[in-house]
Amino acid sequence: MSEITQEQVTHLASLARIALTPEEIVSLTSELGSIMDHVATVTEVATPDVPATSHPIPLQNVFRDDVVGQTLTAEEALAGAPDHDGSRFRVTAILGEEQ
Amino acid sequence: MAKLMDYDRALELFEPVLGFEVHIELSTKTKMFSDAPNYFGGEPNTNITPVDLGLPGSLPVVNGQAVRYAISLGLALGCSIAPTSRFARKNYFYPDLAKNYQISQSDEPIAFAGSVEVELPNGRMFTVPIERAHMEEDAGKLTHVGGATGRIQGAEYSLVDYNRAGVPLVEIVTDIIYGAEADAPELAKAYVSTIRDIVVGLGISEARMERGNLRCDANISLRRRTPEGEPPAPLGTRTETKNVNSLRSVERAIRYEIQRQAAILDDGGTITQETRHWHEDTGQTSAGRPKSDADDYRYFPEPDLLPVVPSAELIEELRAALPEAPAIRRRRLKAEWNFTDLEFQDLTNSGLVNEVIETVAAGAAPAAARKWWTGEIARTANAQGVDATTLVTPLQVAQLVALVDAGTLTDRLARQVLEGVIAGEGTPQQVVDARGLAVVSDDGALIAAIDEALQSQPDVLAKIRDGKVQAAGAVIGAVMKAMKGQADAARVRELVLERATALPE
Repeated sequence: MSEITQEQVTHLASLARIALTPEEIVSLTSELGSIMDHVATVTEVATPDVPATSHPIPLQNVFRDDVVGQTLTAEEALAGAPDHDGSRFRVTAILGEEQ
Repeated sequence: MAKLMDYDRALELFEPVLGFEVHIELSTKTKMFSDAPNYFGGEPNTNITPVDLGLPGSLPVVNGQAVRYAISLGLALGCSIAPTSRFARKNYFYPDLAKNYQISQSDEPIAFAGSVEVELPNGRMFTVPIERAHMEEDAGKLTHVGGATGRIQGAEYSLVDYNRAGVPLVEIVTDIIYGAEADAPELAKAYVSTIRDIVVGLGISEARMERGNLRCDANISLRRRTPEGEPPAPLGTRTETKNVNSLRSVERAIRYEIQRQAAILDDGGTITQETRHWHEDTGQTSAGRPKSDADDYRYFPEPDLLPVVPSAELIEELRAALPEAPAIRRRRLKAEWNFTDLEFQDLTNSGLVNEVIETVAAGAAPAAARKWWTGEIARTANAQGVDATTLVTPLQVAQLVALVDAGTLTDRLARQVLEGVIAGEGTPQQVVDARGLAVVSDDGALIAAIDEALQSQPDVLAKIRDGKVQAAGAVIGAVMKAMKGQADAARVRELVLERATALPE
C-alpha cells in the first residue's frame, strides 16, 4: 500500500495553488495512493540493469540551428490575455517575487 | 537601519563562508528553446513566439549553439562535461514565466566539478571551487505599478514583458567557499570579475552587469570561531543577497552582510534564512522572501526535450578552441605592456583590463590607455556611480590618445574633450571641432599674445633679461589665460624666453 499521507496532499495542493476541502483531501489521499500503487507495478518488472528513463523513444541531441524565425506581433501575443496595458500583459499584483 | 559590527571585530569572532550563483546570458542569435531573437529591449512582447508564451501546443527545441557555448564555458571553468545531461522543469507560480515552470537542469547539469583561479587585489591567488554549471532560460520582466516607490510592496498591478523570457542562461554555482577570511568582499568581486573575463574571452556573452547580462547572487554565512583544540562550530544560517548589479556592489554587499550578521549573532540573535535585496543607493540589504528547505520546485525531467549527449569529438574541438585562461593572459599582458606590478594590479582592480586591451588594439600606447581608463574615466564613473565601460568606448579613448600624441590636444584639453565625449557630443574629433578645443599651435598667434604680455609687464621682462628665468611664469600664465588654456605650456615657455631677448628695448 502506498505511503501517501494527508499532509503530502495538503502540501501538494498548496504548491499547485488548489484549494481543497477536508473531504477532498481524504478522498484524494486514497486516490493518489491507488495511482502510486498502480504505477509501482512497473518496479516489479524493472530489474536493476534497466536504467531510469525520462523519454519513451531513445532519441538524443535534437538541436535547432541558431537562426531567427517568425515572431508574434504584440497584438497576437496579447490576443488571449485577460488584460493588458499598451503592449504588456497586465496581471494582479503578486505578493511574492522572482524565484 | 541595521546594526553593524566593526568589520575587523566581526572577522575576529567569525569565519565568513561564501557561495555564489552567477547567471550568464548567452549572446546567441535566438533564445534557448525558441527561434525568437535573443534581444531584450524594444517594443515589449514582440521578440516572442508561442513557445516563449507557453501557448498550448507549442514545443521547445534546444538551441545547439547555446549548448556549445555552455560546454565551452564548462571547460573554461575546469569542469567535467556530463556524458548525458537532461533538462528539467522547475515548477513555480510567478508571472515572469508564462508556463508556470522554468526549463532548467536539476540533477544532470551539463558541466560539474571545476575550479577557477582568482587573483585578489593583495596579490593572493585563490581557487574557487565550482560545483556545477547548468543551462536554463531567463524569465520575463515585470514592472510593478502603483505603490509609493514602484517596488513590489504596495503595487496595485504588474506589467509583464516576455521579450527576455527564454533568453539562454548558464548558471554557475560554486561549492561552499572556505578560507576567504578578511578577503571575502574582495574575493567576491574578483570572482565575478574573473567569470566576466572568461565569458568575454569566450565571446559567449556581452557580460554587462548593468544590463543584467551577468547577475550574481551572493550567499554568505558566518561560523563562530572556536578555541584551538575544540571542534569547529557548525555552519551558520546563510542569506542570499540578490540585485547586486556591479562589481563594486558585490564587494560592498558581502562586507555589509558580514557586519550585519556578526552584530545579530553577537547579540545572541539568529540569522533568518532569506533572500536579501541589495540597495546600491543606501549601501544596505533589506529582507526579501524567506527561504526554507520547504522550497519545493518539484523538479522532474522535461518530457518535451531529449537528453544532451555531447560527443567526445565535439568536447575536444571546443576545448582546443578555448582562449587563454584569464590568469595566464594577465601574466602575458603585463610582460607585453611592460607594466610594473603596481600598475598592473591597479588596472586589474579597476576591472578595465579588457578596455585597455581594446584601446591598445585600436592604436593607443598601453601606458596612455591605462592612464585614461584608470584615471579620468574611472574617476568620472565613480562620481556618477556608473560602470566606466558605459561612459566611453575603447575606440574613442584611442582616438583621444591619438589627438594628444599628434599635439592637437594637451592633457588638460584632452580631459575637456573626454568630458564632451562622455556627455554624448560625438567622437573626440567632433568634440574638438564643436568646442574649438584644439591647441593653438600657430606660433604667430602665440607670439602676439606673448609680446603683449611682456610689454604689459615690463618689470618681468627686465627680470627675464637679467637671467631670472623663473620670472617667466607670470607671463606664461597670462598667455595661457589669453589662449583659454589651449596652448602647449612648454612651447609657450620656449617662445617667452625667445621673445624676451628679441623684443626691442
